[in-house]
Amino acid sequence: MSPTPRKLKVATVSLAGCFGCHMSFLDIDERLFDLIEHIEFDRSPLTDIKQVGACDIGLIEGGLCNAENVQVLREFRAHCKTLVAVGACAITGGLPAQRNHLDLGQLLTEVYRSRPGLSAGGAIPNDPELPLLLNKVHPIREVVHVDYSLPGCPPSADAFWHFLSDLMAGRTPHLGHGLIHYD
Amino acid sequence: MTDDVSPTQSFSLDGDDLPFASGETILQAATRAGRYIPHLCWHPDFAAHGSCRICSVKVNGRVGAACTVQAAAGLEVESNTPEMNRQRKTLLQMLFVEGNHFCPSCEKSGNCLLQATAYQMGMEGPHFEEFYPNRPVDASHPDILLDFNRCILCELCVRASREADGKNIFAIGGHGMGTHLLVNSASGQLGDTAMSLDDRAAHICPVGVILPKRRGFVIPIGQRRFDLKPVSQQREGDAT
Ligand code: SF4
Ligand code: SF4
Ligand code: FES
Repeated sequence: MSPTPRKLKVATVSLAGCFGCHMSFLDIDERLFDLIEHIEFDRSPLTDIKQVGACDIGLIEGGLCNAENVQVLREFRAHCKTLVAVGACAITGGLPAQRNHLDLGQLLTEVYRSRPGLSAGGAIPNDPELPLLLNKVHPIREVVHVDYSLPGCPPSADAFWHFLSDLMAGRTPHLGHGLIHYD
Repeated sequence: MTDDVSPTQSFSLDGDDLPFASGETILQAATRAGRYIPHLCWHPDFAAHGSCRICSVKVNGRVGAACTVQAAAGLEVESNTPEMNRQRKTLLQMLFVEGNHFCPSCEKSGNCLLQATAYQMGMEGPHFEEFYPNRPVDASHPDILLDFNRCILCELCVRASREADGKNIFAIGGHGMGTHLLVNSASGQLGDTAMSLDDRAAHICPVGVILPKRRGFVIPIGQRRFDLKPVSQQREGDAT
């Protein structure tokens, strides 16, 4: 009898994303039972692990909009053998990057100070615990090397399943018609 | 396009014999035979423009644009090869980063030839660094929106307005990275032109620049033209 293969360690995180990709991942539904035979989760919203450990696969949702995003991304890159940009935001910056041709200071003023309906004395948040905003939102491949991209907003559950099945079997993931989508 | 196809006149496309009529380009002959060669700036109803180079094929070992190279007897044309498709993917990736292509918020998503061609070439990401250019939209026209963020400078609107509508509403101006689509009115606004929703130019844009207002999501995303069948399996000239 061949020994049971070691389970692959998978970490996931949402940077400047909306968690839609994670929700879509969960939409693989009962196939999660098959999946959990082959993988175990490290840092992920599904566990309570705060720091990413040594992993086989890192799934990154969301782009980079602040300094903490960059730091977490670098930690993932250092700990994951295979890093995957999941979804439009991680791949292109996505909808958050639509602020990129606007002035950041002006944006913050609009949102926190001059929008109608704000209470008097409203201020732009500046707590030292808040991560510093980047001037522009960036896709993750502009900061670290990315091994694969899984496009979609979000990628469909079938796309996740197909992609992860390929990856777990050691194949280069290939998304054919219907699974490759940018919307 | 004439129909006088002489069976003795043929060239080879990826190893298959393809008959052609005199005066046809490689892309015209291929399209008539139902063979897909990826293209963006070419449309069967208008003269070839030869600018996007997505239709590049190898003709007797040298690269040429299938939409401008005349078919000739005995040519050996290679199109659907890993090498040509890889080059097409690189061109597409450059087009994506030169504009602002946020497909999830684009009305044209699913009906877009650029996107569908990128799916066909297996483009999973844009690869190059994003430019994020600043290109304000023009919403001055009551029925038509212009979102320049997605313009790929294919000049189809320019040709359609000039040749089909007789109006000359669009032009391409500027150089290099500054090349952009212009609207031909004193204010530069579409609202100050004679553009009408019935114009051919209002429906020719292969991407999401020239959009009729108030109907963006009539067909939900997921049920649109290229969601149903890949571009390589569609009939040329169907409305996008
Ligand atoms: S024009 Fe096409 S490629 Fe560009 S954002 Fe719209 S759907 Fe995407
Ligand atoms: S607006 Fe559309 S049709 Fe006109 S040049 Fe740009 S992409 Fe082509
Ligand atoms: S389709 Fe031939 S160059 Fe654009």
